[in-house]
Amino acid sequence: METFTYYPGCTLRTKAKDLDTYARSSAEALGINLEEPADWQCCGGAYTTAKDEIATKLSAVRTLNSAKMNSRPLITVCSACHNVIKQTNYDILHDEEMASKVNNYLKLDEPYNGETTVYHYLEMLRDVVGFDNLAQKVVNPFKGKKIAAYYGCLLLRPSKALAMDDPENPSIMEDFIKAIGGTPVIYAQRNECCGGYITLEDKDQAAKRSNAVMRSAADQGADMVITACPLCLYNLKKSSGSELPVYYFTELLAEALGVKEESNE
Amino acid sequence: MQRIGVFVCHCGTNIAATVDVKTVAETLGHEPGVVISQDYQYMCSESGQNLVKNAIKEHNLTGIVICSCSPRMHENTFRKAAAAAGLNPYLVEIANIREQCSWIHKDIATATDKAIILGKAAIAKVHLNAPLTAGESPVAKRALVIGGGIAGIQTALDIAEAGFDVDIVEKQPTIGGKMAQIDKTFPTLDCAACILTPKMVEASQNEHITIHSFSEVTDVKGFVGNFTVTIKKKARYVDETKCTGCGLCTEKCPMKKVPNEFNMGLDNRTAVYIPFAQAVPKVATIDPNYCMMLKNGKCGVCSKVCSVGAIDYKQQDRFIEQKYGAIVVATGFNPIKLDKYDEFAYNQCPDVVTSLELERLMNAAGPNGGTLLRPSDKTHPHKIVFVQCVGSRCDDSKGKPYCSKICCMYTAKHAMLIREKYPDTEVYVFYIDVRTPGKNFDEFYRRAVEQYNVHYIKGMVGKVTPRSDGKIDVQASDLLANEQLHIDADMVVLAAAIEPDKTARPLATMLTTQMDTNDFFTEAHPKLRPVESATAGIFLSGACQGPKDIPETVAQASAAAAKAIGLLVKNSITCNPCVAHSNELMCNGCSSCEKVCPYGAITYEDKEFRMPDRTTAIRRVASVNPAVCQGCGACTVACPSGAMDLNGFSNSQIMAEVDAICK
Repeated sequence: METFTYYPGCTLRTKAKDLDTYARSSAEALGINLEEPADWQCCGGAYTTAKDEIATKLSAVRTLNSAKMNSRPLITVCSACHNVIKQTNYDILHDEEMASKVNNYLKLDEPYNGETTVYHYLEMLRDVVGFDNLAQKVVNPFKGKKIAAYYGCLLLRPSKALAMDDPENPSIMEDFIKAIGGTPVIYAQRNECCGGYITLEDKDQAAKRSNAVMRSAADQGADMVITACPLCLYNLKKSSGSELPVYYFTELLAEALGVKEESNE
Repeated sequence: MQRIGVFVCHCGTNIAATVDVKTVAETLGHEPGVVISQDYQYMCSESGQNLVKNAIKEHNLTGIVICSCSPRMHENTFRKAAAAAGLNPYLVEIANIREQCSWIHKDIATATDKAIILGKAAIAKVHLNAPLTAGESPVAKRALVIGGGIAGIQTALDIAEAGFDVDIVEKQPTIGGKMAQIDKTFPTLDCAACILTPKMVEASQNEHITIHSFSEVTDVKGFVGNFTVTIKKKARYVDETKCTGCGLCTEKCPMKKVPNEFNMGLDNRTAVYIPFAQAVPKVATIDPNYCMMLKNGKCGVCSKVCSVGAIDYKQQDRFIEQKYGAIVVATGFNPIKLDKYDEFAYNQCPDVVTSLELERLMNAAGPNGGTLLRPSDKTHPHKIVFVQCVGSRCDDSKGKPYCSKICCMYTAKHAMLIREKYPDTEVYVFYIDVRTPGKNFDEFYRRAVEQYNVHYIKGMVGKVTPRSDGKIDVQASDLLANEQLHIDADMVVLAAAIEPDKTARPLATMLTTQMDTNDFFTEAHPKLRPVESATAGIFLSGACQGPKDIPETVAQASAAAAKAIGLLVKNSITCNPCVAHSNELMCNGCSSCEKVCPYGAITYEDKEFRMPDRTTAIRRVASVNPAVCQGCGACTVACPSGAMDLNGFSNSQIMAEVDAICK
């Protein structure tokens, strides 16, 4: 059984429990051991593009370092956490000045220099488990279901740092949908903005954005929409005014693997 | 004792504004061997050259140093001047105090010091210069044109007109290139086929022109006047000499589902095909990727119906070798792939098309017989949105940094043609800027706006969302009105950036010519030598050198032909005497030089030598073919025993320069 360090993040403890519990039960069914570090802290929340801003990135480095201490790759599942942690890791690998500042500040036992490999849960499915293997373990395929993948903004961008998929014409979630037996729906708005945090400020704007996404998916005949991001899920569900159901991809994964009921118990 | 003259040029203010030329001339006048040192405003002008010539005669000079611009610019000018005054032209040295000094420095004291040092180095070198004599090599009276689009055709016709034999090598089964796919041409709106196809026929009937269609250049050896080129004639499985182009095989071929590249994949062709009705040569070609006979040996229909027995399933690629005096590159362009522009939904929706696809959709010989219909449901579009600069003027890695130049004009053309033919169709054009310099070009664009009421909107399209009801939602910004727009379009046309053909880069390697970072061929001088490459004997024609419209392409094609003719009329050309030579007594035959020589100029021979003890020994030594050597100097650096040396740039001369600089 392969073991990975697993970073849930704050939202997965509160609003996005589904994303977390189904990720864990599915991993178990796939023979992957997810080990949560005892003392994890906030990912940083949002990645600041200011080059000289390092204080907000330190907590991400602590997470990366704890995975390094265990010599294990780090798995994240929330799009936002993934974005912050992987970008921070990229910075440390490519910006010597930032790496030295971070290490001077943290005073770790040994300096952290970007040694940890960061996987998004979807990347783990694709690159570690393999979508072909996943398909063979599916017991409840989503046969005949038309599923629309919603990527949002954070999962794939900036593509240079996240190196996960083509940000304009991605396929990882569609391949995932095929692996669990569903039919992926390609629609134009799948990697547009959901409205994000603007929902706090200007509800109308968030409604407009998320509605454009949901309308486009429904228009192309989707039965449901899946996402990896708690904030996207919130906007698509609460702000868009659309009736189309939205799920975390992990929930469908657990159902396909036949472990959904157990994790609810 | 050497008698050296130093001549310092002001180059107007180019040099004199940053370098104190008087001080430079005076200081260099005190260098050993210097008998005269002068400065002058424009040394390259006639009076400047006369100054040099008179000084050579008057002071009986044995070498001269010109402190001026780069030797690429005027070395030849001063060599000629020296020769005219009776001094061997290779006793001239240039100290580059413009590009390498005045243009890059701001401080006068620093720049003056540096100019003096550069002058001293050149003086140190000229002390060791030896008179050299240029040899001659014959010119093969035949030209090769690579690429058979309008550029290649025009170049070939012009060279043939002058009475020289020309071969066109075209990788497609027919010549004609992109222009054959275009419907109408701007700014006169005349039919592209009507002006191109007569030229294609003329090329095929001209006794001086040989067309190698469906062929590629695979190897180039030699040098100016004396290239040896290997051409691969790809197997087309049809005997060109027998096929009459009757087209019966294409009618009977059962494999009818092959995407038709001539129509940009908008309809299908058969596995045996003639690209279009006016193809030259009008000969069928079998596509081995789709032909069932070639794939699994079952079918053979074309062979049965061919009345002249032209089908040959066993045909192999053939290689021919030919000697040429000049080579003209006319490899043209392609629109970029739009995979990275998913925001325009090009891969999702068949009604989002590129401009070249629209050309085919509107062409009488296109998939719809000239009626503009949506590819998805064959209905007439009532609202069309054009997006300009897709991939052009892009500062990220997705697109091209340059302006593709032709898109503003062809988009205006498309908009106008649609409004003319279908007045019930509304046309929107989104642009960053409208760039229409050129004779009658801006008038043409104004006509689209004022007379045809095309809606030109400054701003870019952000997102194209195809809907299930067949409409396409186009979200865009109107920058002048500062508002967001949503347009329910029926079709979207993307003006994709253009890029050089993919074959250009490997070809540039074969030809040892230079390319820029965008893979366009680099001209020898951006202003003064626009149709020559930096490699002698290689000329550039059309869009392989940069984005161009048809009139410009034809102009450049004729210019390239004129340059090629200028070379071909000569019976022989002067060789560069600054080539490598091997000191046989020092050479130990190690082959280091042969391995680094990019031109294959070095061979080895076994030679008899009288040894000090009066015996005779046979030793393997390097020998340089001066006609092939380009004087790059790679061998002189690689040679471990110091036997290789370069005329005009000997090791001792270079060391003397270094010593002078470091003194």
